[in-house]
Amino acid sequence: MNEAKLPLKERMKIDRQLMPEQDATQRSGNFLEVNLGFTEKIALLEAQRCIQCKEPKCVQGCPVMVNIPRFLEFIVEGNLPAAARSLFGDNALPAITGRVCPQETQCEVQCVRGVKGKPVAIGCLERFVADWARANSDVVKIEPRGATGKKVAIVGGGPAGLTAAGELVKCGHEVTVYEALHKPGGVLVYGIPEFRLPKLIVEEEVERLVQAGVKIENNVVVGRTYTLPELRAQFDAVFIANGAGLPVFMNVPGENLKGVYSANEYLTRVNLMEAYALDSDTPILRARRVAVVGGGNVAMDAVRTAKRLGAERAMLVYRRSRAEMPARVEEVHHADAEGVEFENLVAPLEVIGNANKWVTGLKCQRMELGEPDASGRRSPKPIPGSEFVLDCDAVVVAIGTRANPLLTATCPELKLNRWGNIEADDAGMTSIPGIFAGGDIVRGAATVILAMGDGKRSAQAIDAYLMQ
Amino acid sequence: MHTLTAKFQLSPNVTRLDVEARRIAEIRQPGQFVIVRRGIGAERIPLTIADADPAAGTIALVIQAVGKSTRELVALAAGEAILDISGPLGHPSEMISSGRALCVGGGVGTAVVHPIAQGLHQRGVEVISIIGGRSREWVIFEEELRRLGQVVVCTDDGSYGRKGFVTDATREVLEAGGVDIVYAVGPVPMMRAVANLTRPFGVRTIVSLNPVMVDGTGMCGGCRVDIGGQTKFACVDGPEFDGHLVDFDLLAERLGTYREFEQQANTPCDAGTCRVGLTHPTPTPIPQS
Repeated sequence: MNEAKLPLKERMKIDRQLMPEQDATQRSGNFLEVNLGFTEKIALLEAQRCIQCKEPKCVQGCPVMVNIPRFLEFIVEGNLPAAARSLFGDNALPAITGRVCPQETQCEVQCVRGVKGKPVAIGCLERFVADWARANSDVVKIEPRGATGKKVAIVGGGPAGLTAAGELVKCGHEVTVYEALHKPGGVLVYGIPEFRLPKLIVEEEVERLVQAGVKIENNVVVGRTYTLPELRAQFDAVFIANGAGLPVFMNVPGENLKGVYSANEYLTRVNLMEAYALDSDTPILRARRVAVVGGGNVAMDAVRTAKRLGAERAMLVYRRSRAEMPARVEEVHHADAEGVEFENLVAPLEVIGNANKWVTGLKCQRMELGEPDASGRRSPKPIPGSEFVLDCDAVVVAIGTRANPLLTATCPELKLNRWGNIEADDAGMTSIPGIFAGGDIVRGAATVILAMGDGKRSAQAIDAYLMQ
Repeated sequence: MHTLTAKFQLSPNVTRLDVEARRIAEIRQPGQFVIVRRGIGAERIPLTIADADPAAGTIALVIQAVGKSTRELVALAAGEAILDISGPLGHPSEMISSGRALCVGGGVGTAVVHPIAQGLHQRGVEVISIIGGRSREWVIFEEELRRLGQVVVCTDDGSYGRKGFVTDATREVLEAGGVDIVYAVGPVPMMRAVANLTRPFGVRTIVSLNPVMVDGTGMCGGCRVDIGGQTKFACVDGPEFDGHLVDFDLLAERLGTYREFEQQANTPCDAGTCRVGLTHPTPTPIPQS
């Protein structure tokens, strides 16, 4: 029992605790994790800021409905094993979501403490408990129920696939994950950089699944190595979670010049292929001036990566203003502190190159904000005569991704929407019985936690389908 | 893990590795490739499947050692293993089902032409192969292609077959007429030269492109090529395209993106000799007996 437990009135007086960080100047030159994590003392203090609402709104804000007040109260009581069991029971990958979730628009935005003051640092506490559990792995070991004899194939080893795998193996089903790359994790390993999510954490989570009996087959490209109908014939159910694969380019002149990358390529080279290490076999251009186009988390990851690769100028080119950026607030704040230059209200018109077809600049146009568009954000309008050239040696395009048709093309019966995403109901059921889908291949490019939410819901639906 | 079952030196810098990859051996089709990662820390590189033995469960990879990754691959001995092979990737070759096809292979590209010729031959198409090398020792896959039809061998120095470039022999066959489709695989200047040759004859010409690639599944977009003014991804839209629509200049430039990282930076065409001879005076064709 924790003796420091305070009465409600005292709890209200505690200020939100800050996440300890690696110094900005130091970290912009390395790939080590930026956030250092709460100490137990800080966590205890912060957890007491939760006033244990009778009808907690934070839970409603969480795509996987983590019972937040419950695990926070276990922290307050000093019972970390119980906190860990509670958290892991709701969320299969808390060490990951505690690091990459946009808490400020999900759980924390709902927190009543945020009405007058700052919300409870739920994300930081989630990470704290998850990291404690990583060091004490026996506490949260997955213990599958009795074998059902049912076999489930999961296409894609990213957040949705891994979450579904964990849930399904718990139910006693035989689970095989088919991963196209040489390592499972999906965007967690190829996209999100080491400084935001250390790869060791993803490896540990995958290892936990393998220990529980999940089979992982790397280098299997479903749609090529096996078709979807082939998998359906071999398994009792299939869950498709192969992500939103194809990078979208700007469709401006000069986009195929040397030095223009999609964010997917830039980040994959650096993260999955470890090109940040100087002895890596996989090359990456270490450009002096890098312009990253976009305003989301991927753009933020790319521009901060450019800085760490030694760019003198790491510039973010975004057509709206900072307020409209879809990136997590923390990422924008971190990028700013690390010396990233924000070129807001700027839209690219053309990539400029030299005679050898190397990028030398990005021709841009200044924008101003007009009326709100369908998304509710004020839409940018070009300012006539405001064209200028941003000198740069590399351009990274981070303006989104589309559905990869590689798999769906092998199964014409599978219903798609007009963007090529798979049509699925709330439980992930597609137009073909026994085939479920979730994550970005259904939603279009979204977040890790939404994909995990899909994985969890679909796993429940698959279990019901198999056991009916 | 994929064990090497056999290794053959085909030319001074081209090696054939037969590797265990049962599923791929069973289902691969002409024109498809695999992504290979030799071991931990190694690069992912695309390699065309030159041949397959479904019964033995092996595929043949033909590798020109030009940089660190390819040199390390060919340094593997039979019995050793490659860590990762994923595939088969890319669209199968566009095939005709009757008539006459001309398959033109330059250097290591001859190994890429081989499965296409195999597929055509199986469909009952008459196959004429024109393959080239600097001299006799650089000619590869001649025997395999002879099993599928007529083969014209060209060497720059005339040490074997006819003296001259594959383009010279290609021109003659085109002039003789009756060619329904041409497949050309080799260095970029060679494919460009063949495409330029066939254009006035109006013969459909397929080329296989091998740009820089990472994942091979459409995710990175590094392999983008310009086909008739449209950007395509070689890994998922190709790797074979209409040679008359390919922007070869762009392809050649983009292939040079990491040249400074490559160890043999100054030897793009084997050892600096361009077999197409675009900058050389065209030698007089000597008809092969």
